[in-house]
Amino acid sequence: MSSSSSSSSQMGELVADKHVRYILMSEKKKESFESVVMDHLRMNGAYWGLTTLDLLDKLPSVSVDEVVSWLLTCQHESGGFAGNTGHDPHVLYTLSAVQILALFDKLDILDVAKVSSYIAGLQNEDGSFSGDMWGEVDTRFSYIAICSLSILKCLDKINVEKAVDYIVSCKNLDGGFGCTPGAESHAGQIFCCVGALAITGSLHHVDKDLLGWWLCERQVKSGGLNGRPEKLPDVCYSWWVLSSLIMIDRVHWINKAKLVKFILDCQDLENGGISDRPDDAVDIFHTYFGVAGLSLLEYPGVKAIDPAYALPVDVINRILLTK
Amino acid sequence: MHGRPRKVYKPEEEAASAAKAVKFRSLQSQFLSNHHNKIYTKEAIDLSTKLLEINPEAYTAWNYRKLAVEDTLSRQESDPDLVKSVLDEELKVVESSLKQNVKSYGAWHHRKWVLSKGHSSVGNELRLLNEFQTLDSRNFHAWNYRRFVVELTNRSKHDELKYTEFMIGNNISNYSAWHNRSVLLSSLLERKADGFMPSQKIPEEYELVHNAIFTDEDVQSGWFYHLWLLDQTVNVETPLLISSWPPHGSRINLSRAGCLNDSSSSSKLTTFPLILYFDQAVGGVSSSTVAIDSELKGIEDLVWEPVSNKNSQVSCVWVARLKYMSSEPCFFPKEYKVKVRIGNSPGIVSSRGFNFSVPYEFVFTARVEDTVQEEPREVIVSWTDGFDIWDAQSEDLKNLVNLDQLNGQMDFKWRQEAIAEEIDLFRTLPDSNSKIGKLTIARLLMAKATMSENDVKGVHYEEILKLYNDLMALDSTHYHYYKDEHSVALLRKVTSSTESLSRHLFRYSDMNNSVCLRLNNSSLSRIASVEKLLFVQMLDLSHNELHSTEGLEAMQLLSCLNLSHNRIRSFSALDSLRHLKQLRVLDVSHNHIGEHSVDTTRYLCSSPLSNSEWSQDEVGRRMTPSLVTKYWDAYFVLRDLNLKQLDIAGNVVAGEEFSSFVPQVVPTLVWLNGHKLRS
Ligand SMILES: [Zn+2]
Repeated sequence: MSSSSSSSSQMGELVADKHVRYILMSEKKKESFESVVMDHLRMNGAYWGLTTLDLLDKLPSVSVDEVVSWLLTCQHESGGFAGNTGHDPHVLYTLSAVQILALFDKLDILDVAKVSSYIAGLQNEDGSFSGDMWGEVDTRFSYIAICSLSILKCLDKINVEKAVDYIVSCKNLDGGFGCTPGAESHAGQIFCCVGALAITGSLHHVDKDLLGWWLCERQVKSGGLNGRPEKLPDVCYSWWVLSSLIMIDRVHWINKAKLVKFILDCQDLENGGISDRPDDAVDIFHTYFGVAGLSLLEYPGVKAIDPAYALPVDVINRILLTK
Repeated sequence: MHGRPRKVYKPEEEAASAAKAVKFRSLQSQFLSNHHNKIYTKEAIDLSTKLLEINPEAYTAWNYRKLAVEDTLSRQESDPDLVKSVLDEELKVVESSLKQNVKSYGAWHHRKWVLSKGHSSVGNELRLLNEFQTLDSRNFHAWNYRRFVVELTNRSKHDELKYTEFMIGNNISNYSAWHNRSVLLSSLLERKADGFMPSQKIPEEYELVHNAIFTDEDVQSGWFYHLWLLDQTVNVETPLLISSWPPHGSRINLSRAGCLNDSSSSSKLTTFPLILYFDQAVGGVSSSTVAIDSELKGIEDLVWEPVSNKNSQVSCVWVARLKYMSSEPCFFPKEYKVKVRIGNSPGIVSSRGFNFSVPYEFVFTARVEDTVQEEPREVIVSWTDGFDIWDAQSEDLKNLVNLDQLNGQMDFKWRQEAIAEEIDLFRTLPDSNSKIGKLTIARLLMAKATMSENDVKGVHYEEILKLYNDLMALDSTHYHYYKDEHSVALLRKVTSSTESLSRHLFRYSDMNNSVCLRLNNSSLSRIASVEKLLFVQMLDLSHNELHSTEGLEAMQLLSCLNLSHNRIRSFSALDSLRHLKQLRVLDVSHNHIGEHSVDTTRYLCSSPLSNSEWSQDEVGRRMTPSLVTKYWDAYFVLRDLNLKQLDIAGNVVAGEEFSSFVPQVVPTLVWLNGHKLRS
């Protein structure tokens, strides 16, 4: 019965301080090839790193002004944000920019009308969203549009009903969702669709028992979660699968203690950071998803994260529950 | 980012990586400068090719190439050969990028973009795809691209279905192929294409999927496909009415002091609920799709409401409130016959778009008695005594409980046969300890129960319960999944006959002989079979393992509910109770409210988080905003309840601050935690 209490003594612990140092260092360490090829998505990297720091209660160690002034250099005249200075705008990075400003309680520096017009302008006739002016359509972009517009309190700028209908048209035989109608279910995509439905109060479209069973069967023997049947477990799915299970109230169908152990086993105990699987190279992406997963698992010392907005609960409550 | 081993790099490796980084950085800055200055010379374009060769994920470079193509085409549109060579070059760059990183979203999209320019060599695409899909048969980008090409070339669904057979034949655990098969088949079955009648095709598909399930018990590909087939077998497309309140042929008593009616309304016109319960969510229930013949007043403007959250206009459960005069003195009881006819005019449609097509009607009698009008006493409901046992044979009970499924018109023959065959097959599995084997038998038996409800003897609830008990031990990782399924089966068993149900039914003498169902101490972790329990007025679910009240919203007659000693973690888990307009007594003492940082029902309730309408009412405006924010879930649920008695003791949340907050949110409250509040 008790899933969380028994095993914590014999397993490793979260080396939070080392992860904090790893994140702060990786911001400065820019000379390796691995970090340079990530240059174009630095906005995502900043969101992953900063959210992790906030979950570990270490956000004050970051210079807000420095981050915000760089962030503003990434904004395009269209209102959208690029992954880094000089690159093209895309909703992927616009959401991260909005989330970072939300973390810092700095949304007031945004020209909200402009940013929200950029996002709303990407909605297509069938309710779907393009990622940018080049027309790639994906339910990831539906989530991004809905999530950022909700944070900016501008959901009325899009046709929410059509947006929801499009997401529902991507539902599959297994209860999951894919990137476009007919596309295979994938845990990351499921998070996007379930999150968008959660934010728009439309979770009644989800077959919670069917999807819940598919999601809970993502847990493999090692305790880790995979993203699709017959695939290897990976720390990032701790976030995508767990948050989806929480939003549909079926998270008790997995074994939480085993998953906590799997995430902790993926830590680099010496230099900090978390990897996709034990003994692989760490990166900031998996460090964030590992810590966010532990947050959803109520690991002591990690702040609670909101499963739909992927921001700390106190940040989201501050924005949405107060007028 | 994935699958790279963790290791310490030697200084020379680090130096090499740094040198590579310097080179890439300079390439990137040159490229960005070209991009910003709109330079589309051959040299500039080649530079972007080089950049993409190193990093196919550099999305801005793909954008740049599209601009370059558009620039070239705008100058040379007249020369078809030149156009072709420009587009060919793009396809070549994409191909080599994909060979380096087959998961590059930017590369795949670039290819689609080129093709949508009307490139003529579409035929090559399937050849290229076969190459990629042989190398990585699960790559979802390739499968998505395949569907795109199939649509573009109008390739037949039959051919694609054959392709999935081929891929499954190569590797039975190719989930992507099974998935694509379900997509193709759904559309062919829905169109009732030649050779694709469900009664014929679905049994064939069972044959196919058996191989996948029986080959290796850890391979999941067949599991979900089998469950999908089972769903296709059990559920007919057209929505069906499965129960109602009042039930057909029943005689209900209405009185002013009773619990059946909405005693909160002070007007002389009193109401009682009319409930329709469908097997799937439907929309369009209204006074034009549901006709009512009766002498009762106000029938013309009857308002039907879906019992679901505010954003939804579809629901399994619909309720209307019928009005009757309760204060008119009459010395003889007055009887009204009510006839309800559903689906005579079209308009009731399932959320999947199927019409309620089999008209149905039911009749009941409402008898209004002129009872002594006593003010409802402010007594406290104790849940300990005052419960009188009911005789299972009593007419009263038979009158209330109608367990018959309302449908009977459908042809279930091939469906029942398919299920029976599957049960036989899975029962003969050599490995009797196979998880998926046990789970499938349990599901098949439940399906059989659904389809032959009136034939209780054929259903083996004991076997189902044992299977789930076995599974809890066999696969402890998913213990709670099986536990929930066990609860569902248990409630199906309890509600399967008047006799088994009557063991749990009581009359509560202190409250006008209310009908009370006691399922306390039953080890229930979730609620089910509510459609059979619409008549219940008091419900005792104390000492179970429930963490949510989902499902109870249909029980519109409920006035007292005991949930003490369960696993409720937040008030948002009680959201469904907001639909129970007659609920007066609620006990949620000794739960886990306030104990956890994660709220699993945060998005299943109506609140600003889910962008539900949020207008602060009078009460809310008078309250301290910080308290409303702090106890938002309690606020949004409790303010919609007209409770007289509430017990929240034994929860972490129930401190002094919260206890003083509650009466402000629920002004009707008389008793809190057993103490009478000052009025
Ligand atoms: Zn990963």
